[in-house]
Amino acid sequence: MASERMAAPAEAVPDPFLPLPYEVVSRTAETPDTVTLVLRPRPGTPPLEFSAGQFNMLYRFPLGEVAISISGDRTHPRELVHTIRSAGKITASLTQATPGETIGVRGPFGTGWPIDRATQGDLLIVAGGLGLPPLRPALYEILAHRDRFDRIEVIYGARSPKDLVYYDELQTWRSRPGVRFQVTVDAAGRDWYGDVGLVTARLPDTRVDAARTTAFLCGPEIMMRLTAQALDRMGVPDRAIWLSMERNMKCAVGLCGHCQYGPSFVCRDGPIFSYRDVKARMMLREV
Amino acid sequence: MSGHVRSDPPLRVADHPFFQGADPAFVERVGHHATEATWEAGEFLFHEGDPARSFYLLFLGKVALELGAPDRPKLTIQTVGPRDVLGWSWLVPPYRWRFDARAVKATRALVLDAEVLREAFEARPEDGYWFLLRLVPVIGERLEMARLQILDIYGV
Repeated sequence: MASERMAAPAEAVPDPFLPLPYEVVSRTAETPDTVTLVLRPRPGTPPLEFSAGQFNMLYRFPLGEVAISISGDRTHPRELVHTIRSAGKITASLTQATPGETIGVRGPFGTGWPIDRATQGDLLIVAGGLGLPPLRPALYEILAHRDRFDRIEVIYGARSPKDLVYYDELQTWRSRPGVRFQVTVDAAGRDWYGDVGLVTARLPDTRVDAARTTAFLCGPEIMMRLTAQALDRMGVPDRAIWLSMERNMKCAVGLCGHCQYGPSFVCRDGPIFSYRDVKARMMLREV
Repeated sequence: MSGHVRSDPPLRVADHPFFQGADPAFVERVGHHATEATWEAGEFLFHEGDPARSFYLLFLGKVALELGAPDRPKLTIQTVGPRDVLGWSWLVPPYRWRFDARAVKATRALVLDAEVLREAFEARPEDGYWFLLRLVPVIGERLEMARLQILDIYGV
């Protein structure tokens, strides 16, 4: 056996630490501090195939790199989409990137949304703030295969109406038959006719069959915790609740330990976790 | 308020989720004094500082709870809708509303008389206790929501 293995031709394994060059082809301002960049591989760089929910490490030369979820359509692997909020030196610089510039990309990394497990039942997606971008690839995939699911509901919360990302696309999604889309904000002026309040306040309005529901949650951890607890009370099985966790990721391959989350590394074992596996950890003061 | 209406079928206190499980005699007593009301979008159910004389059982529409400060536009801090209840300032002195309530879209509700409710609680404290056990979670939920809004969870 050993000799057979040794005799096998060596496969060209991509170096997970080597950023590959991508060109910024468009930049769309989503909110005052958030932009969406569309990247295309430079000549010689292969297209990047990914699963909904995975992330890339984006390298802004010479500042360094950050983990950013992929927010585009996985059926268009030559078009890599990332929505980035300016929250630090590197992300601030990334949000200033203009078409023609080069960004280094390592990835994709991490686990994806378990979309197949949600088929033949109801699906509830709850996104808060910049939790929508990591869920967008899943939404594309789900909507492309609408017939595989029963009821689909989406709840999206943001700080204010001006903090809603993908605003035009939201209107399209909301008008699409077969999907119930609720949008709520934390506070608003009188020019907002939608709901105001936390995403959890919208849960009683959902029409999903709790026992047959799979839920995908992404947003601030406290929002996911409260939402998961509310879903638990509604009767959604904890094994059917999935969350995208966020930690400070560096190597992205489970070596450096920066993103350690109890016994897991978020970069390698996540970012998508089952609520059943993490709910005890979510209640710890520090982990 | 657009006025009290007696459309068909009329709204019933017993049909609102808040009163599910209530003592039928209590429901009948408060229901006897309940009035049905509608508001068009933009109309106010009440204003901050006004005497708080009603407890609202919402059946249709959406109501924005607004706070204001001098030289600042009104800010909606919450919306409530069907199956929700509105208002508890009538329960404790000085019986004044602490915010504005504005219909965001056509709204239909049952309006319970606060004085009737308080008298009912005095006459049968167990009804008052039952009522508070239903109302306090609503208040608690909204308090938790307000705290999280202060935390600005999406902004960090």
